[in-house]
Amino acid sequence: MKVKHLVLRAALGVLLGTGAVVAPAQAQEGIYVPLMTYRTGPFATSGIPIANGMHDYLSMLNARDGGIGGAKLIIEECETGYDTKKGLECYEQVKSKNPVVTNPWSTGITLGLIPKASVDKIPILSMAYGLSASAVGNDFPWVFNPPATYWDGLSMILKHIGAKEGGLDKLKGKTIGYIFFDGGYGREPIPLLEQLAKDYGFTIKLYPVPVSEMQNQSGLWLNVRRDRPSWMVMWGWGAMNPTAVKEAAKIGFPMDHLVGVWWSGGEDDARPTGPEAKGYTTLNFSAVGANFPAIQDILKNVVDKGGSQVASKDKVGESHYNKGVYNSVLIAEAIRNAQKLTGKKVVNGDDVRRGLETLNISAARWKELGLAEFGSPLAVSCTDHNGHQSAYLQQWDGDKWVKVSDWIEPMKDKVQPLLDAAAKEYVEKNAGWPKRTETCDKAS
Amino acid sequence: MNLLYMIFVDPFMQMAAAPDLLVQTLWEGLVGGMLYALIALGFVLIFKASGVFNFAQGIMVVFAALTLVGTYHLLVLYGVSNTHLAAYVALAITIGVMFVLAYSVERLVLRPLVNQPDIILFMATFGLTYFLIGFGELVFGGEPKVMIADALYLPRGSVDYKILGGLVSLQKIDIAAAVIASLMVAALSVFFSKTRIGRALRAVADSHKAALSVGISLEQIWVTVWFAAGLVALVTGIMWGARSNVSFALQVISLKALPVLILGGFTSIPGAIVGGLIIGIGEKIGEFYWGPLIGGGTDSWLAYVIALVFLLFRPQGLFGEKIIERI
Amino acid sequence: MFYREAGQFKTTYESDQSVFPIRQDRIGLAIILVVAFVVVPLFGSSFLVNAVLIPFLVFSLAAIGLNLLTGYTGLLSLGSGAFMGVGAYACYKLTTYFPGVNILVWIVCSGFFSALVGVFFGLPSMRIKGFYLAVATLAAQFFLEWCFLRIPWLYNNNISGAIEVPTRTLFGLIITGPNAAPQTRYLIVLTIVTLMTLAASNLMHGRIGRMWMAVRDMDIAAELMGIRLLPTKLTAFAVSSFYCGVAGAMLVFLWYGGAEPNVFSIDQSFLILFMIIVGGLGSLLGSFLGAALIFILPIILRTVPAQFGLPIHAATVEHLTFMIVGALIIFFLIVEPHGLARLWQIAKQKLRVWPFPY
Repeated sequence: MKVKHLVLRAALGVLLGTGAVVAPAQAQEGIYVPLMTYRTGPFATSGIPIANGMHDYLSMLNARDGGIGGAKLIIEECETGYDTKKGLECYEQVKSKNPVVTNPWSTGITLGLIPKASVDKIPILSMAYGLSASAVGNDFPWVFNPPATYWDGLSMILKHIGAKEGGLDKLKGKTIGYIFFDGGYGREPIPLLEQLAKDYGFTIKLYPVPVSEMQNQSGLWLNVRRDRPSWMVMWGWGAMNPTAVKEAAKIGFPMDHLVGVWWSGGEDDARPTGPEAKGYTTLNFSAVGANFPAIQDILKNVVDKGGSQVASKDKVGESHYNKGVYNSVLIAEAIRNAQKLTGKKVVNGDDVRRGLETLNISAARWKELGLAEFGSPLAVSCTDHNGHQSAYLQQWDGDKWVKVSDWIEPMKDKVQPLLDAAAKEYVEKNAGWPKRTETCDKAS
Repeated sequence: MNLLYMIFVDPFMQMAAAPDLLVQTLWEGLVGGMLYALIALGFVLIFKASGVFNFAQGIMVVFAALTLVGTYHLLVLYGVSNTHLAAYVALAITIGVMFVLAYSVERLVLRPLVNQPDIILFMATFGLTYFLIGFGELVFGGEPKVMIADALYLPRGSVDYKILGGLVSLQKIDIAAAVIASLMVAALSVFFSKTRIGRALRAVADSHKAALSVGISLEQIWVTVWFAAGLVALVTGIMWGARSNVSFALQVISLKALPVLILGGFTSIPGAIVGGLIIGIGEKIGEFYWGPLIGGGTDSWLAYVIALVFLLFRPQGLFGEKIIERI
Repeated sequence: MFYREAGQFKTTYESDQSVFPIRQDRIGLAIILVVAFVVVPLFGSSFLVNAVLIPFLVFSLAAIGLNLLTGYTGLLSLGSGAFMGVGAYACYKLTTYFPGVNILVWIVCSGFFSALVGVFFGLPSMRIKGFYLAVATLAAQFFLEWCFLRIPWLYNNNISGAIEVPTRTLFGLIITGPNAAPQTRYLIVLTIVTLMTLAASNLMHGRIGRMWMAVRDMDIAAELMGIRLLPTKLTAFAVSSFYCGVAGAMLVFLWYGGAEPNVFSIDQSFLILFMIIVGGLGSLLGSFLGAALIFILPIILRTVPAQFGLPIHAATVEHLTFMIVGALIIFFLIVEPHGLARLWQIAKQKLRVWPFPY
């Protein structure tokens, strides 16, 4: 019975402790940037490098420049495990500390936060994920998804396929397979894919991968073998990517005909397959490698001083790591813009929203940041919260990613009508969706 | 009419038209089923000897594979230059770790919970699952790891046969998996039927009390079965890890062992094997020939429905002992 | 001393059979209700209400639902997450078809759809039981999850594949959608949970509850006593799914404000199962205690290092949280296999005889 005493006492203690602990911590001086990351769970494969990239770039700004415009950045990670429940909990946790922006890093969490953003006055930066329709700034003043939507990505891939086949009209009669993560993320491109199939006369085959079968795809790839699509387009995430690449190599699918979206283009997605993965191609919107002054600064100021969680130094500059850096560059630039617009040192969520709307990173600015040619020039406006920027294709050479194309422009004429329709539908379905009242700033 | 044709005629026409694909599908189902069977085998071993429905078997697979790869990298880091040597030393260490795990589980979880209802023991293995997830990620990190298949002398590449007017391609790693799994099952059956501990274990499975009264040590038996289940988990982890990679997502797959179990019966080793093969092949054939009719991606639930249908006719599974109820 | 019921005489059968026969229990409950209904909405921080209490209540209701099936009727189910999903999707469809009807009506009605589905998947319980039945409910779990993904009609062909919560009002007060104040949503959740707990408690004290418990304790004996097994088991499935369905609808409409199918995944089912086992099988109080332990404990653990300013990474905290939760589950099971509810009974007994224990 002694132990039971202990338990009772412990239970009492926990109850008493709850009240004390749940009270929110007080705000500190500085700009509070919460990072929702996931270093645990089935999607940690893709989540860890991104978390490191985001965290390290902002820490580097703190260490090198003392923050942004003289205001220190308070960086705090909140672990979501790619779980909507925990993500919303994180949001509630950080909300009281006046965050200037949230990065949900999960389509599910983003969807939950979109309606809250305008109420809580905290902008959402869902970098090239989330709800594509949120690119329409008039309907979603608080949501940003630069540099490109999934629909842009798909159109770029088709452009690439068209180029390889000798013109988009040559696609007529061909079969294109689409293997995707069975969830909102993978399903979103389908309407555009269907539209393009109609326009160019190719047929599509859909291969959904349920979450529970991410590492068990051999049946699916048998279907691919039977259907003999001439190209495969992949929208994968987490453990689904390396398995798909492996299975594709196993059935002898020509690897350069397997084209993934940017989220399928991590080193860890291709590496397990080894040399057989050679030729696997994916989109990317940020350069790969550590050969940039800013990333060297990260190595010098953060990694060497033990301020980073990267497993080893050579992970810095990998594909997903650099996407994390890209995400942080957007945050930093938005804060900088906000400071310029308001003249304040410590900005708030509304200011950063204005900063994001005037985001304009030209090639010259990229160079100034120490990231020349890191990404294509990016401009966001009040009506266009996305930018529909170009991306390029990278190919796995058996050992690392190699850039194999120029910047490819998306087919804006095909994407924009779909975006407008989707945004309209969203607003209609959510009766009482607030009209945009936020004023528009001129780009500085 | 068209629908009926698509359901009842067309798939068989496809099978006849491309026999090579049928063979290939059967092979994939066989290999997949064998891996399910291996996970199920771990469950059965423990359930037979202690009546514990061990939910942690799935995470033990991941944990074993992670330990193997993790220690391998540590060894390489600390100057073992021969990769094969490092791999086999790591393998030995991992086996040791699995033994320590088995011992601690028996000492810290099972012994205090002896004589509790099944569901409590089931729940305790949930706690164990959580603990191992946290512990594994804390020690080895959440990053996915590449299975050290080459260093373990596991073959890579494939054997291609040009038969039946097409191509049937068998992965060497899958063949190796099949051989190793068969050897493992054979070794386990010999162990259970010929050795003293094995016979004691069967006695325990029949009746805990009777076994105790003839002087069989329950503790020793439990450590043994948990250790055996750990070894099975290690083999499963190596094989499945070589097919994709070693990450915590692998744990989701282990749920597939549940339909295998109910199909084969919780207490039967041959049942686990046959159940695994039926589920593996049924799932692949179903997804391949009928899946496209309803949009594909049926693998996630087809296995459960197959098991459920069997169960409605034989409530104790194919090989389970007949349930006799008395007042 | 604190809990002495000496001197509380019962003069009618009615008072003797009441749900709370002891005066101290009634006072305690009244205090809890006053705190929950008055003090918390007035003084609780938005984090406490939004991220702790609303989900806690929603999970408690789901746990009660599962407890009716697993704890009271003895049928192990691993499909509660999916049944919650049925409730959420039903509510979503209903409110988009009939936007004029009050959302609260639909939240409760969605439970009936869930009950229907529950009955259908409960049919195998006629032939199979125990862990075998658990795997049969797993079939329901995975099949329904697949339906949520694959039937675009269920989510009104939204491109994102998710359901979104429209803004709805009650007496002119916004209760769903982003503009609803957390306090309002909290009060609604609290009212529904309180009423449904009361209903469950009455059900358990009545004929149906006793039938369920007879089936749980030994189904063959129950059958011999004239309890028809199939209808009894199916009502258990129906009522349990009803509770889960309402909890699911509340989860999406009053907490998340939008959901993807993966919200109702197998993990959700397991989580609810944890709650009832740790809390106590066959105890309504246990459902609440279990939900508190399983849901709130990790939140507290996560904030502990930050409170003390320990420089531990968020990921490490998460790993440690997993380990501690796992260890605690085992610990609680070893110390008290009958769950937290039983611990509370022991505590009550101690208070009764304090300061002169015998």
